[in-house]
Amino acid sequence: MDATAKQGSGTAPQQPASAYFMESRKQAPETHILCVLVDNEPGVLARVIGLFAGRGYNIESLTVSETSHEKHVSRITIVTTGTPNVLEQIRAQLERLVPVHSVADLTVIGNSVERELALVKVTGKGEKRVEALRLAEAFRARVIDATTESFIFELTGKVDKIEQFIQLMIPVGLVEVSRTGIAAISRGPEAMKL
Amino acid sequence: MSQEMSGAEIILKALADQGVEHIFGYPGGAVLPIYDEIFQQDKVKHILVRHEQGAAHAAEGYARSTGKCGVLLVTSGPGATNAVTGLTDALMDSIPILCITGQVPTHLVGSDAFQECDTVGITRPCTKHNYLVKDANDLARVMHEAFYVATHGRPGPVVVDIPKDVQFAKGKYIGPANIQHKTYRPRVKGDLATIREAVELMAQAKRPIFYTGGGVINSGRKASNLLRELVRLTGFPITSTLMGLGAYPASDRQWLGMLGMHGTYEANLAMHECDVMINIGARFDDRITGRIDQFSPHSRRIHVDIDPASINKTVRVDIPIIGDCGHVIEDMIAIWKDRQPALDKAALEAWWGRIRKWQARDCLRYRKNKDIIMPQYAIERLYALTKDRNTYITTEVGQHQMWAAQFYRFEEPNRWMTSGGLGTMGYGLPASVGVQVAHPDALVIDIAGDASVLMTMQEMSTAVQHRLPIKIFILNNQYMGMVRQWQQLLHGNRLSESYMDSLPDFVKLAEAYGCVGIKCEKPSELDDAIKKMISVDRPVIFDCRVASLANCFPMIPSGKAHHEMLLGDDVPDEEIEQSVSAEGRVLV
Repeated sequence: MDATAKQGSGTAPQQPASAYFMESRKQAPETHILCVLVDNEPGVLARVIGLFAGRGYNIESLTVSETSHEKHVSRITIVTTGTPNVLEQIRAQLERLVPVHSVADLTVIGNSVERELALVKVTGKGEKRVEALRLAEAFRARVIDATTESFIFELTGKVDKIEQFIQLMIPVGLVEVSRTGIAAISRGPEAMKL
Repeated sequence: MSQEMSGAEIILKALADQGVEHIFGYPGGAVLPIYDEIFQQDKVKHILVRHEQGAAHAAEGYARSTGKCGVLLVTSGPGATNAVTGLTDALMDSIPILCITGQVPTHLVGSDAFQECDTVGITRPCTKHNYLVKDANDLARVMHEAFYVATHGRPGPVVVDIPKDVQFAKGKYIGPANIQHKTYRPRVKGDLATIREAVELMAQAKRPIFYTGGGVINSGRKASNLLRELVRLTGFPITSTLMGLGAYPASDRQWLGMLGMHGTYEANLAMHECDVMINIGARFDDRITGRIDQFSPHSRRIHVDIDPASINKTVRVDIPIIGDCGHVIEDMIAIWKDRQPALDKAALEAWWGRIRKWQARDCLRYRKNKDIIMPQYAIERLYALTKDRNTYITTEVGQHQMWAAQFYRFEEPNRWMTSGGLGTMGYGLPASVGVQVAHPDALVIDIAGDASVLMTMQEMSTAVQHRLPIKIFILNNQYMGMVRQWQQLLHGNRLSESYMDSLPDFVKLAEAYGCVGIKCEKPSELDDAIKKMISVDRPVIFDCRVASLANCFPMIPSGKAHHEMLLGDDVPDEEIEQSVSAEGRVLV
């Protein structure tokens, strides 16, 4: 998966940090989606990202925007990978930040929907151009800009759908991709508590 | 009712309304309006330090010895960066301090102005929380919030960064009563069902141990009293971390001494062999656990902590209780008394029997010497001659710190100020300044090392100016002792840069600062010299020349478990060197 924002990946430890060896390194890493409701004060995003960088946690994707203007609340959606122990730590560490209202691990709660939006620029002429349009239609991607030698497609969907579309666009003339990272929300009538 | 006043007035009013009597600080361009306000009032007394790091440690010492929030005031740029070590120290040891920093005027922020630095950016990872105040109307709220955040939940340092124009601007003042924090409401009461479960486990224990930490002291005097009640009620043995010393009296029969890397044989073996561990306000630090995968292999564990992030961080526990130590212990006592559990007396007696055998090993024994002062002896004598007084002890970091923890016996909380988590050499001298400000009539002693003490020596000048009769008791072995000890044990006795060449003459240095210097080289003269130090009503630097090559034992070598600890009296260096694996060698 292409990362929208990458922090501390690569050499980062997969276990809770201890100077003196962890108990078990047998746990397999899992990918989880965390939703964090924060008070939208200056520096709050830096606090969240700094926590991940400082403690060696991964960020695979990060999406943030103010979701309640009256209450100045922003929602941060983070996709992260770690062992269950690490994921539990991440959640506890996030909750401990002073401007954080609440944290929900949507993967643990289960039953959530997730979407990502991608803008995909493709250049080409003739048959390649036709092929690009045909594939776009199959993926329900919309054309939002066109010149005689290029298209920009807008595509919304799950991550693997977007991945697949991008892969298919490479041979027909992919030149640039912009992705939002994942936004996610739990199903059913309940809202995440503030 | 709100009043209009200048930003600088708001700051001083907020400090006064929060009950702050003393602040530690150093003036500079970006805080001049605040200093002007300090000049024109007399509620808050300012202690001028000689370096901002000193202000931070003094505020820590003040906070740790009183249970109140310590306050420091520094200027922008270098003032703020100099305070960073102290802020990090307070974060690691959960000490509530408020640091007010000046900042360049709002319209210059981000322009690389003179003495500008990104204070909130730099201090974000080394504070519990920080603020940049851009509007004087927010200032009163932020100040009161900052005190709330610093002192509630797990305590810690908070920075309030205030641009100079905001200090001049007029804003509305609101009192502390009108503040309610939007998001931060830490949980204080533990879950009763879980506490019941914990008591149940304790009641069935055959080989229990209490392992307590700085959280009990942070929780307040009442928590220490409750801990004593609970420990006596159960009859279980108790050990404590470096940060937790004093919460339980060292003279008590149930006390096993400190645990961890330089903890006692009995405390570490009891941790290794126990079947029920009751951790109250400690955090399974690597200095405590040793090798994690062999840590206390037979135990079920209860962990009481106010910080949910401390639960299961490095060591998995069976019964986590999130809450303030004092409240949780109170509930434990109530449930215990209510339940009147029938303990397994035979098992507990056998457990105590094993512990008494370990104690008989006398792990802190050292070879006495008639001609040279052994560092352990120096602390034993210092303890004997000061224990009946109103005494507070601070330390620097290194061998002397561990000897102090082993040989000075604390009966009461808030009497012991040391840099545990960060291990800041240079902490003790300025911390003793802070303690003495808070307790002007007490005997405040910094047990120091010759290397550490030079890191913040300039604060002697602060002590002299403010007539703070602190006693700097230097165990002078002319080495960075703990560095040398590790080099001896781990690096083939190659003493790379750990010899303190060209040390100053501490007696002359004392005189140069306008205080009293005492030098002692002979065990036979030590008592008189210490008595003289105590009787002097001025700051003293005591140069106690000790055996230069003494090492600090017991010791759990890096990468080893509790039961693999080394005792000092019978192990040659070569054997110790071989006992550390290649894996352990890379650890700190």
